[in-house]
Amino acid sequence: MKPRVAFFDFTCCEGCQLQIADLEEEIIGLAAIVDIVEFREVLTGSAAAYDIAFIEGSITRLADEERLKDIRRRSKILVEFGACAHLGGVNKLKNLRDATTVRREVYGDAWDMPHLNTLPTRAVHEVVTVDAAIPGCPINRQEFLTIVKALAMGLPPKLPDYPVCVECKKRDNVCLYDIGMVCLGPVTRAGCDAICPANRGACEGCRGLVPDPNNNSMKDVLAKNGISLDEIYRMFTMYAIDPEVFP
Amino acid sequence: MSGPTMRIDVHHITRVEGHGNIHVEIDDGAIRKIEWEVPESPRFFEAMVIGRHFTEVAPIVSRICGICSISHTFSSLRATEEALGVTISEKTEALRRILLWAEILQSHILHIGYLAAPDFFKVGSVLPLVASHKETVLLIVKLHRLANETADIIGGRTTHPIRTMVGGWTMLPGLREMEALKIRFEEGVEDAKKLAEVVATLVPLLPEFTRETEYICLTEHNGYAHYKGMIRSSDCADALPLSSYRRVTNEYVVAQSTAKWAKFNRESYMVGALARFNNNHGALTPTAKATALQLGLRPPHYNPYGNTLAQLVECVHALETCAGLAARLLDTGLKNENTPVTVRAGSGVGAVEAPRGILFHEYTYDDRGLCRAANCIIPTNQNHAGIQHDMEALVPRFKDRGKEQLQFMLEMLVRAYDPCISCSAH
Repeated sequence: MKPRVAFFDFTCCEGCQLQIADLEEEIIGLAAIVDIVEFREVLTGSAAAYDIAFIEGSITRLADEERLKDIRRRSKILVEFGACAHLGGVNKLKNLRDATTVRREVYGDAWDMPHLNTLPTRAVHEVVTVDAAIPGCPINRQEFLTIVKALAMGLPPKLPDYPVCVECKKRDNVCLYDIGMVCLGPVTRAGCDAICPANRGACEGCRGLVPDPNNNSMKDVLAKNGISLDEIYRMFTMYAIDPEVFP
Repeated sequence: MSGPTMRIDVHHITRVEGHGNIHVEIDDGAIRKIEWEVPESPRFFEAMVIGRHFTEVAPIVSRICGICSISHTFSSLRATEEALGVTISEKTEALRRILLWAEILQSHILHIGYLAAPDFFKVGSVLPLVASHKETVLLIVKLHRLANETADIIGGRTTHPIRTMVGGWTMLPGLREMEALKIRFEEGVEDAKKLAEVVATLVPLLPEFTRETEYICLTEHNGYAHYKGMIRSSDCADALPLSSYRRVTNEYVVAQSTAKWAKFNRESYMVGALARFNNNHGALTPTAKATALQLGLRPPHYNPYGNTLAQLVECVHALETCAGLAARLLDTGLKNENTPVTVRAGSGVGAVEAPRGILFHEYTYDDRGLCRAANCIIPTNQNHAGIQHDMEALVPRFKDRGKEQLQFMLEMLVRAYDPCISCSAH
């Protein structure tokens, strides 16, 4: 029997789910190896239990926490899917500021209406146990397919344990530090094929830190290029990497 | 008096972006409640960008929406460029126009083919249609792929573009890539016309429901506005400057929605493909005008379900326009024409037509180029009140058709607006 697969979204832009629709013809191949039983954005239907549940989005409300725990109870394997689920994503930027100020800035005089109340943003694994993660903002479609195939065969999915710099070198990209830019490639987990540096955009760290990042080398790069503390703070907080890692 | 008694409670309506609920209560024919509820969790983007450098703002606000990240990027870049006094080159603008049309095409095809089409065939998703209507599904996939690959080639990525920046582009596409795209746009026009032939046979299945309202979009002198222009309301004789956007949108908070609502001259207004079609139809390409006639669309069109048809008309227009823009860029050649940026304190408003309608961004920067204030007004925020008022007009007229039919019509109504709900609770 094909594994029953479901997709759920919490606080996010739903851009990672969209990458599934963007698989185009490959969706038909995906539907051949798994049975997609629940995927609200693109299909009508639901199921009582799931073999694999993909969770997109970060958790910002009590009701969402309850809903996530309920899905966890009904799922054999739970995968955090995309940067919001995996790291908290850009949604964690609000955690850096005073909650009331944030609410007032956005909702003005209506700021204290109860339905507008939220908690500090959390990643999915900060609320429930997760079995696997698919990083990225958005996810890489080919990495997603590889991970689904592994999970469908009962194998543990593997993520690259080296930094984006390795993929950049493989693609023969110009190092962005050499052209006056700032980039988190040296400490960010690879798997995106260095898509941002390849398009002359700085790596923003959306896939999270590589295991055992080379902090000293990163500090040297930042110091050598005269990057200010303010800039370092902003870079590392965009995808919720603790800036304290690189004081 | 006697009449139907029913409860409709649609929790997290399917095949739309984001989370919305529909509640209807009718007792003995008396309508007790009609509610379009948006429980989406707010994200507070306008507060997230405070203190951020102007170069970081567009990449952050792009994450407001996975479907319309390019529109958010351009609305943001236009506001920032206005604030910093940056004028972009003609070619930069032409390339941005192609990329923005590509996103509109991607989003419209996704909606027409994957989200709305299953309603016409009474199936749960596009998957069963692969077997029953294979040729049409493959046509949809082909157009969707063209839109996405255009975004890959020009923007560097399908979702959340990388090459876009204040003043221009980090990298330009190659001439060969542009040549190949031009040919594919020309083929795409033919594919979209074929799709229109199929959709024309489904038009009689659309509910016969009209509610005249105010239609608002961008307007330009020469062309069907999407990248820039002034604000056009069907209730105003003259176009309004972008700087008056707060007077037009008048956002307010209601208890049934975490997403704000908007209103201008009436209790609600409509933005999106149908609003653009109603206000700017004269500027459509001849092929797009012919497609509109084939689909039975004549301006002004007051049936909100017709929004899906107007989207298809825009697909034809987008492809034909992109073929023309690509041809001109190939004639003149592509080279780096980035405008140098000097940091200064200032404020700016930017607006583009996102797939779902007019999208405003406004920022204030300090003399270090750090953001001090931000405001983003999303198309779906401007449509939420309209959805509620449509429901209030629709339920009394169709309540005798029974619960199943009424619920189907209400869900289909929400889908016709193609709401981007998580975007609206940004």
